[in-house]
Amino acid sequence: MEFFRNTNVDFLGKKWYFLAFSLIFSVAGVFSMLFWHGIPWGVDFRGGTLVYVKFSHTPNEDAIRAAIDRAGLRNFKLQRYDQAANNEELVDLDVRETNEQALDQGKLNIIKALESNAPEGKTDLNNASSLTVQKYLLDKDPQRLGIDADKKYAALGQSIVDYRDKTLGGVLTSIDQLQGAADPATVASLKDGFYLSDFGVRNVEIVGPQVGGQLRKQAGLATLYSMLGMLVYLGVRFEWIYGVAAVITVFHDTLITVGAFSLLKEDISLTVIAAILTLIGYSNNDTIVVFDRIRENIKLMRREKLSDIVNRSINQTLSRTILTAGLTFLTVLALFLFGGEVLRGFSLALVIGILIGTYSSIAIAAPILVAYQDWRIEKGKRPVAMPVGAGKGR
Amino acid sequence: MNKNYLWKLGLILGTLLFFLFGIFGIPDSFSRQGMLAAMTKRINLGLDLRGGTHLILQVQVNDAVNVDAQNAIEVVKDKLRSRKIDYTDITQSDPQNNPDRILLKGMDAKSRADLLDIVQASLPEYDVTGGADNTWNLAMKPSNLADLKNKAVTQAIETIRNRIDALGVSEPTIQEHGLGQYQILVQLPGVDDPGRVKDIIQSTAMLEIKQSLGGPYPTQQAALQAQPQPGILPADAILLQGHRMPGAQAGEDSWYLVSRVSAVSGKDLRDARADRDQNGQPDVKFTLTSEGGQRFFAFTSAHVGDSLAVVLDNGDGKKVQEVANIREPIRDQGSISGGSMNEQQSKDLSMILRSGALPAGMKYLEERTVGPSLGNDSIRSGVRASIVGMVAVLIFMLIYYRAAGINADVALILNLILLLGFMGYVGATLTLPGIAGVILTIGMGVDTNVLIFERIREELRNGKTPPSAVDQGFSHAWITIVDTHVTTIVTAFILMFAGKGTPVYGFSVTLIVGLAANLFTAVFVSRFIFDFILSRKDRGEALSI
Repeated sequence: MEFFRNTNVDFLGKKWYFLAFSLIFSVAGVFSMLFWHGIPWGVDFRGGTLVYVKFSHTPNEDAIRAAIDRAGLRNFKLQRYDQAANNEELVDLDVRETNEQALDQGKLNIIKALESNAPEGKTDLNNASSLTVQKYLLDKDPQRLGIDADKKYAALGQSIVDYRDKTLGGVLTSIDQLQGAADPATVASLKDGFYLSDFGVRNVEIVGPQVGGQLRKQAGLATLYSMLGMLVYLGVRFEWIYGVAAVITVFHDTLITVGAFSLLKEDISLTVIAAILTLIGYSNNDTIVVFDRIRENIKLMRREKLSDIVNRSINQTLSRTILTAGLTFLTVLALFLFGGEVLRGFSLALVIGILIGTYSSIAIAAPILVAYQDWRIEKGKRPVAMPVGAGKGR
Repeated sequence: MNKNYLWKLGLILGTLLFFLFGIFGIPDSFSRQGMLAAMTKRINLGLDLRGGTHLILQVQVNDAVNVDAQNAIEVVKDKLRSRKIDYTDITQSDPQNNPDRILLKGMDAKSRADLLDIVQASLPEYDVTGGADNTWNLAMKPSNLADLKNKAVTQAIETIRNRIDALGVSEPTIQEHGLGQYQILVQLPGVDDPGRVKDIIQSTAMLEIKQSLGGPYPTQQAALQAQPQPGILPADAILLQGHRMPGAQAGEDSWYLVSRVSAVSGKDLRDARADRDQNGQPDVKFTLTSEGGQRFFAFTSAHVGDSLAVVLDNGDGKKVQEVANIREPIRDQGSISGGSMNEQQSKDLSMILRSGALPAGMKYLEERTVGPSLGNDSIRSGVRASIVGMVAVLIFMLIYYRAAGINADVALILNLILLLGFMGYVGATLTLPGIAGVILTIGMGVDTNVLIFERIREELRNGKTPPSAVDQGFSHAWITIVDTHVTTIVTAFILMFAGKGTPVYGFSVTLIVGLAANLFTAVFVSRFIFDFILSRKDRGEALSI
């Protein structure tokens, strides 16, 4: 089976279309970053409090908003999380409500605001930790344990909470549901000390303002250094213009991907940064495959114009480029479609990145080489885009 | 099969077995559950995948410096007084930002030699400068200052570890956080209550010095009977068990009646170290903070002739370690001997005391709780998606490259085994960014195969015989493969160093190992299979690719 054989597309002849395409997307992204959505940093980078709340029924957003508002929290956003059937809401507290002196105050306030039906002196079992349950059981001793009570109740408390979170999905609607995890005496005792609210906090992320800034700087520096490394290595292996072209290409890919995140208003979290690094690696890999073929062909086709050589090289590697891109895209698409909400930003970055990364090695990296050579010739200098050490390493 | 193939096959099978062991070890059972359990035992899942609590703390190292500087001020005051040297004032000049800087005002220049002498003898970690306008500056030497701050962090880590250990969490991570300065990362898998964890981290220290009011009594009963009103303890006293006295009979305890309030406690402790007393017996010398020292001085001054009890809580309840007579007022230095301590015990105790005292305040910078159900969901769907993607790729390679597709599939699966096996050996933690690294590895693994196969097809089209097409295909593709792999590995190494302490680190480690494995599987192993197949074919027979 074979999809491409002896293709002969004049890619360089379409460079103006490519340029227009890239410009439209880059400029749109930059405009969105500057004037519209900004760079939508995730909570890892901007600081703030995220509380993921799961309800036992379809959440009434107006009521939740009012409750949180009454608790005195002003700068927050409320949005549905994941599929509607999951009844999950994400409360996003601004960093202004997150104080490093009392980092978790925002979270505690939200929980308190939502626990509206609390009877006097009872604890909310949907938001009780295993440690709270353990301590309660140890105090009440419903099983009349003589020895090893602390160990046994610790295990029991853990299994009750696990049953709530793993088997029943995080929210109980009746304490009797715990019959599956504990004996009747324990369940009866739990009823004395606990009540049930209509929600459970599934997940919390609190990042103080200091860490966010640090992380932003560190991630930026790491990316910058790695691009420098790429520049130097390719400069040594090929010619410096190849390194420059590869770095411009990678920068182009990053810009468009981050721009797309800004346009779509998707949070850029730490895992998205990992995905962006992945696409940098991927795009760079693609670019080098083409460059390598150009270097090989320059040696074989000494008389021909660089633009012809470049075109030929792209066509020769086209079959490989499309296959690899297609297969990697397949993997990433599977991750995007079936990977669930947690992996969404991550796989979205990879989906965009692989498309752009494949496109850019053909449409950006190769034309830069040719454009640079044309410019040298125009200025009456010797064309140097031919690597002097062509075939090095053979 | 000739010898050349045999050693290559041996090498490949050996590598396979070695890394399979890395993934699974020797599982208890070979059922699906047993294998999965064996695997998760060797390859840790990050908190983002399995749930738990994650905290980043900032150690307020300036607290420790502050304590040291205040202590130094007391020392200078004391020594100047004893040498009858006048001065008007001595304070920290910038307690907020540079707490180690001390300003001594109004001391005449003729006492300069005395001051230098005092500092050299008692405060060797400080430098003296100035002298104009009778104003002198003391500041800690930069290396000592850095040491003090680093010690505060290691000590805080030790303390937190001891306290977390009491919680019985399996596989906690407590380490210095590479990202910022003087930060600590605490990760507790499976723990769902950061509030409780914070309480435990900040729980009170474990040393108390109390007034001893009576004892030792052989039993609790005897102690109660010995009270002025038999059977009833005085209101301000508690009864504590003591360590076994030397020569005590089996079943015979020693009980002490001690004051309810403590003169000083662990948080007043500045330092403790193993030492020996005047008789050469191992003991532990401790130093109190200046504030604690003042209180201790007041207490010992008021109770000369009385006894004091050193009470320790080693995790098994409070026990009286030692009872001693107060012969004279003590300021900030003291020792604990406790009868028959051996050298190891004195070292342990000094460590416990040091770690029991948090040297500096802490601030929380980050707190994350991943609910166990969320961790479960994300791993389940993530793994499912990865498997779907991988299987699709494997099937496609078989269809598109026919028999040669087997090479690619073997290489890809082997690559994954090598990568996971390595992670098992080094005890690496698999996180979401790590999975990103795996995806890029697999992508590049596919690419390596495609590069080689396309090149072989090209050579075949140019009329080469199968053996020479394979040979040419590999050697041409090899140059490209080296370039792509080395660039990516170089980049990944830079990311690894620059991204230390961030999830980027896990990404780059996975990537480096995966790419190295790929060079072995996609080039060496795949070439071996090609050569083996070719050796069994007749000359000129077509290659299935």
